Amino acid sequence: MYVATKGGERAIENAHAWLAEERRGDPDVAELGLEQIQQQLSLAVTRVMAEGSLYDPDLAALAIKQARGDLIEAIFLIRAYRTTLPRFGLTNPVETADMACDRRISATFKDAPGGQVLGPTFDYTHRLLDFKLAADGDVPDAPRADPRMEPTPHITTFLQREDIIQPEPGSDETPGDLTREPMAFPADRDIRLQSLARGDEGFLLGMAYSTQRGYARTHAFVGELRIGKVPVEMEIPELGFAIEIGEIDLTECETINQFNGSKTQPPQFTRGYGLVFGQSERKAIAVALVDRALRWRELGEDNLGAPAQDEEFVLSHCDNIQATGFLEHIKLPHYVDFQAELELVRKLRRETMGDPQEAAE
Amino acid sequence: MNTATRSVFDGGFQDPPKDAARAFRAAMRAMARPGDLNTLTGATPPAPLSQAAAILLLTLCDPDTGVYLAGPCDCEAVRGWLRFHTGAPFVGPAQADFAVGAWDDLLPIDRFRIGTPEYPDRSTTLIVEMPLLDAQGAVLRGPGIKDRATLSLPDVRAMQDNSVLYPLGLDFFLTCADRVAALPRSTQITEV
Amino acid sequence: MENPGEPVDPARKTWMSLLATAPGARLLQLWQAYGGQPDFNWLRPPEIGGVMVRGRMGGTGAPFNLGEMTVTRCSVVLNDGTVGHGYVQGRDKPRAQAAAVIDALMQTSAAPAVRRAILEPLTTARQASRQDRAAKAAATKVEFFTMVRGED
Repeated sequence: MYVATKGGERAIENAHAWLAEERRGDPDVAELGLEQIQQQLSLAVTRVMAEGSLYDPDLAALAIKQARGDLIEAIFLIRAYRTTLPRFGLTNPVETADMACDRRISATFKDAPGGQVLGPTFDYTHRLLDFKLAADGDVPDAPRADPRMEPTPHITTFLQREDIIQPEPGSDETPGDLTREPMAFPADRDIRLQSLARGDEGFLLGMAYSTQRGYARTHAFVGELRIGKVPVEMEIPELGFAIEIGEIDLTECETINQFNGSKTQPPQFTRGYGLVFGQSERKAIAVALVDRALRWRELGEDNLGAPAQDEEFVLSHCDNIQATGFLEHIKLPHYVDFQAELELVRKLRRETMGDPQEAAE
Repeated sequence: MNTATRSVFDGGFQDPPKDAARAFRAAMRAMARPGDLNTLTGATPPAPLSQAAAILLLTLCDPDTGVYLAGPCDCEAVRGWLRFHTGAPFVGPAQADFAVGAWDDLLPIDRFRIGTPEYPDRSTTLIVEMPLLDAQGAVLRGPGIKDRATLSLPDVRAMQDNSVLYPLGLDFFLTCADRVAALPRSTQITEV
Repeated sequence: MENPGEPVDPARKTWMSLLATAPGARLLQLWQAYGGQPDFNWLRPPEIGGVMVRGRMGGTGAPFNLGEMTVTRCSVVLNDGTVGHGYVQGRDKPRAQAAAVIDALMQTSAAPAVRRAILEPLTTARQASRQDRAAKAAATKVEFFTMVRGED
């Protein structure tokens, strides 16, 4: 039961004013510009775009500033904004084979065509705090080498030629869209991948880790991980042909998994796939592992009862905006609900322990 | 606009956010008050679309809504115009979210989706182009109607059959020139 | 797609794609400097919206919806009746307007001048930026060498 109560307006207004002041911090310290956030906190920006499910670095930077760096709050702002946008249409599927790769590595083939390109990675840093960054410092130019401009082939195409990996046949079917139709279970892989792409990085990391520790046997190799820019093309109805309407940064991870075969499939390698907005390889690898674990049904594997195999569990809980909304609502007034519980507990106590008044009579 | 030089690009909303908001309000009012006549203005569609039908399509359709054009409405001028101004895909009657045309061209109406018990909203909204539309004819009762309303309907029997399907069924907008009235599936209809 | 089957215009596709992804400040700067801005009327005033970006399962398989991106679009008609469309990434109405008018001009006799003043500098800048990024990536390519062990 809800009872409308009034009286909080002034408190709320004043709380907002204080929030604005706290957001700004000490006015003697220079204010953070959106370009600074976009350029210097770019991985926070891409996380907000990925989980906000809207690629727009300007908006993501604004959301981060407004949310005082609380990324889930920033993602919430982006999701809310997203719902106000008219939908102009669907793009053609992006061709990640055409990616201009900043980074491209394979854990399975040392000498893959296109090579092992490390890109701007944290991997080989010593994880020691760099106190030079505390003082401002000029950055020396990164070295350049002969650029490779041709597309880098996907690693799995080589295994495909040997017919030793599960094929991934193309199709022109219109995929389901969870922003348009409510999710229903069992969900097809298109819906699963959409849901995972916008899912919470921390939740998916934990789920993926659980598969590695034995909760669902899907020993995975990172067949390929690539990060870079991909052109986005869309059919323009009034032109009658497709043009490039943008260029986005993507991280793609393809895992190659051992597979002994099943009742329906011969022994071969299988794949897990993760595609995420921006530069976010932890997330892309996690998505690929969880994707692979969720594929047990279509590959004819046994359900081992592992959490990562339970699509209803994974997909219903990976969205941090749904989760935080439900979690945080319990701090809002529940005065009447609680009053009812209080009455109930008092009554039960009277009944079980004996009311002192009744006893006196 | 000179029809000789008219292109598919002409005749849309001049100020889409405001025009569409106004039109949406009129469409909502029409649906909420079955039988009430409302006026829709602000766009000049190609023939044979009426202004009211065209504005409903501009307001309610986008690339996610399948549109079925019935009879003479299915012409290149209308297709090109809707394609530019709404981006809506053209589909067959069984996939349509919206269908537009004269009553005889829309028949038989059991071709259209009436929704499912879980999702009664997954049904078609018919925009029926009427030669005449006024507040005389069949008697309407039900939600949104104080006592009774009257409206000229294309086929009383068919619409009675539709209301029996409630909560499933079709919803109707009836359009004529710049006027629109609505008949949702929840309305009870009796012949005079 | 149920399109009237208009043939792809490769040149127009190229310049519209270039305009869609051009850095906003640079495009507007070149457009201001061009100076021959014609009068036009709106067919569709600039509007901001989203498009659903799709990927393919496994990079090559069936499509799925990845997430949306912001796009601004508009359409204009010049006094001589030439129609121009502008689609640009992000939320930027002046940039969409410039793109639409440039698209229209590219279909008129002004095309060579527009190409020289706007499209060519944008193309050069885009190529340079791509090459520079690729050069930095190339410098991080691992050059494996194998140590010879054992005795032959």
